[in-house]
Amino acid sequence: MSQRLIFEVGKPGRKGHSLPRCDVPVRGIEEIVPEEYLRSSDPELPQVSEVDAIRHFTALSRLNYGVDNGFYPLGSCTMKYNPKINEDVSRLAGFSGVHPALLDCAVQGCLELLYRTDLLLAEITGMARVSLQPAAGAHGELSGLMIMRANHEQNKEEQRKKIIIPDTAHGTNPASAAMVGYEVIEVKTDSRGNIDPAELRQLMSEEVAGLMLTNPSTLGLFEENIIEVAEIVHDSGGLLYYDGANLNAIMGITRPGDMGFDIVHLNLHKTFSTPHGGGGPGSGPVGVKKELVPFLPTPVIQYRNGQYMRDYEQPLSIGQVKSFYGNFAVVAKAYAYIMSMGAKGLRNVSKTAVLNANYLMNKLKEHFYLPYERTCMHEFVLSGQTQKEKGVSTLDMAKRMMDYGFHPPTVYFPLIVKEAMMFEPTETENREVLDEVAEILIRIAREVEESPELVKGAPYRTPIGRLDEVKAVREPILKWTPPRKNNE
Amino acid sequence: MFGYMSGTDSEKKTMLTEMGYQSMDQLFHDIPAKVRLIRDLELPTSLSEMELAGHMKALAKRNVTTEEYSCFLGAGAYDHYIPSAVDHIISRSEFYTAYTPYQPEVSQGTLQAIFEYQTMVCELTGMDVANASVYDGATAIAEAANMAGRITRNKEIVISRTVNPQYRKTMHTYARFNGQRIVEADYQKGATDVAELESKINSETAVIIIQNPNFFGAIENVKEIAALAAKHNILLITSVDPISLGVLKPPGELGADIVVGEGQSMGNPLNFGGPYLGFFAAKEKYLRQMPGRIVGQTVDGKGNTGFVLTMQTREQHIRREKATSNICSNQALNALAATVYLTLMGKQGLREVASLCLQKAHYAYSKLTETTIFTPCFPQPFFKEFIVKSRYPLNELNHKLLKHGIIGGYDLGSDYPELENCWLLAVTEKRGREEIDLMVKKAVETA
Ligand SMILES: Cc1ncc(COP(=O)(O)O)c(C=O)c1O
Repeated sequence: MSQRLIFEVGKPGRKGHSLPRCDVPVRGIEEIVPEEYLRSSDPELPQVSEVDAIRHFTALSRLNYGVDNGFYPLGSCTMKYNPKINEDVSRLAGFSGVHPALLDCAVQGCLELLYRTDLLLAEITGMARVSLQPAAGAHGELSGLMIMRANHEQNKEEQRKKIIIPDTAHGTNPASAAMVGYEVIEVKTDSRGNIDPAELRQLMSEEVAGLMLTNPSTLGLFEENIIEVAEIVHDSGGLLYYDGANLNAIMGITRPGDMGFDIVHLNLHKTFSTPHGGGGPGSGPVGVKKELVPFLPTPVIQYRNGQYMRDYEQPLSIGQVKSFYGNFAVVAKAYAYIMSMGAKGLRNVSKTAVLNANYLMNKLKEHFYLPYERTCMHEFVLSGQTQKEKGVSTLDMAKRMMDYGFHPPTVYFPLIVKEAMMFEPTETENREVLDEVAEILIRIAREVEESPELVKGAPYRTPIGRLDEVKAVREPILKWTPPRKNNE
Repeated sequence: MFGYMSGTDSEKKTMLTEMGYQSMDQLFHDIPAKVRLIRDLELPTSLSEMELAGHMKALAKRNVTTEEYSCFLGAGAYDHYIPSAVDHIISRSEFYTAYTPYQPEVSQGTLQAIFEYQTMVCELTGMDVANASVYDGATAIAEAANMAGRITRNKEIVISRTVNPQYRKTMHTYARFNGQRIVEADYQKGATDVAELESKINSETAVIIIQNPNFFGAIENVKEIAALAAKHNILLITSVDPISLGVLKPPGELGADIVVGEGQSMGNPLNFGGPYLGFFAAKEKYLRQMPGRIVGQTVDGKGNTGFVLTMQTREQHIRREKATSNICSNQALNALAATVYLTLMGKQGLREVASLCLQKAHYAYSKLTETTIFTPCFPQPFFKEFIVKSRYPLNELNHKLLKHGIIGGYDLGSDYPELENCWLLAVTEKRGREEIDLMVKKAVETA
């Protein structure tokens, strides 16, 4: 079922483009550019017609599975439906054709959109201002932690170079911390899925910059001690960082700002329905409490004298974290989403997301081990440990799910749950879908009992079977090599 | 308010009671009352689909666009032609509504497209390995500098002042917190001053960073700088304009160790600054220090060829604080657009686009410098962008040109105080001779 590579499709001389002829007097290229700078042979790019290209990429698309194909309960990723109108309005020529270096007066519509989104997200999270510059969640973390460090440095507390991160945290949390020069201290999660306040108190010191927390956590559980946790961190001079990947559980119900968080990043490509694009682009806005606003990345978008403008005059700012102002077209989709939902709509989203997760969890908990018996938030984590004892792993079951036509949950994360399966159904699914999925999972649990080999050999109905990942690492083939080069 | 949700209220109520709850609020009993929001969020009243479309159109109308204006602005984002087929492919929802391809059996489309993309980036740049993309041209340089630091175990970065000011600003932001030191080397006559560059190298230096064509549009002597890096046993990072590689020598052939760049020019709209994509390629020996996702080819149990995310022990989800980068989501759909773009352009098309830019930019340059208002600034050969010095204040000039439907060049004075009234213009294949003539005419009239 493999699809040929685009490089193997073409024939010399085939073309897929049509360009205007050169209507200015043509000069010899060697006259313009010294020969030593010029390419001696063309790159081995494909040589295909437009129809060849379209068929090739259409065929590739059909090997994929997206939210539009079906249920996609990938935990921590909030694979909700992506409204089509948002695609249309973000692609309007009045946005897509706007050059980012144009003068303020020429881009009032774009600046207004950014400014309004900033304030809307600030209200949703309980922050003062939000920068839309970070390109994804991890980039928001990086920016937020830079703000944390800049703040401590400003307060002459350069020694605060450690950061506390729970063992359930996403890998980007410690990785971002390392990139801003922080040493990571891991705090353990207790048997209820909370941080142990006593342990946290012990870890806090004058050297700790703050605590990075995902709430609800990646276990899908709300941190019950959040008030105490916030107090402990603040009392010893630290700041609270909120990883907003799981905001979909709490919109309009509680806000990071009200819980005591000082810095927040969001994933617009999760909570705010912008599609994930097969791996990106995302958008990872970073929001802060009032005291930290001066540290936000520049430019900050301001509204002054009836005009929107880009403000670079922020002496305490951490500076730019990327070119321009963020993934604008992604922000535009999130803005459109918020505008079409309103306050009641967003609260309804979170309520329904939590309802759906609990509903599915309840149907499955008799068939799979549930390590934390609590009401879950928008997602929940099961363990495949019972099935593992029968020799069938979570990976096997994940692959088997594909045979029944839906995408597996997140597996083997969070790391503290053995054989973890993290389900996030999202609010956009209805009861029939959840019932059907539960039925299939229960059937798979039965298959594990009755015919484990069947599950271990899955998947059978996908375009390709299980792939040899060890071989991929041992004998890396990371690009296509043209035949002529093979002979060299 | 349907909120894109599928379940009805009565359905939800049944689900709730079946679970033994009386109200939705009970689902949230773990949230302490003290932190509950007891009011509605203060957000505008929700809009219907029709109202939303109207609202967004009204915002969009308040922007100047390259659709209606003739654009001579570049400075890191370019108005190149995007074949219609690109958007048709990236609008297929099997591509755009999928997540990162963690489960290869249901993600071969994304994975193979990335494999093809990696191949094309290697072909263009003359490098051995490429990743699946990073956020943009600026973060690509910052990531590359980190990587060079890890490889050489040195902390100092020497960067030419001819590198895009936004890239340098981004690098400074990253470096302030990660312990690297950045030293900037000045330029002479519009290109990196190689002697000055060498004078900045010391035993702590990890890498030299240049851009080619540089921010002024000029073509740098990459080979000479690569030789300098080799002589001092340090690395060379080159940031390149991918379109220029249709005619210019690939940096890999010239001795670069890591090649990065802004990939927006390849099939991605201007979009007021994003989403774009950073491409990232290196010599094979540095593979294990690369940031980001990498796709590799392998086989399934039956021997069928397939693709997977590979070399993952570099990445955050496995290595956590010891990862080569924190990047998780990247710019996959933009990389797909670039892949479709390069496929359609193909072997000859990219050369054609590059030649058109080169010819038209030189035509515009000669027309401008024939006037009495604009004079040449630097003697270097250039590609699609160039600088002229204006006798007339640029801010006013650009404002007035807008009134004639023309987006003028970039005012370099804000980033380079010594280049006051120096105008950086970009001319892509989209600009016709008449547009160029009109721009020159209006610029002269205005002045
Ligand atoms: C809890 C959590 N934090 C951070 C991230 C990183 O987000 P991104 O992939 O947008 O960088 C993720 C993404 O999966 C996540 O689930």
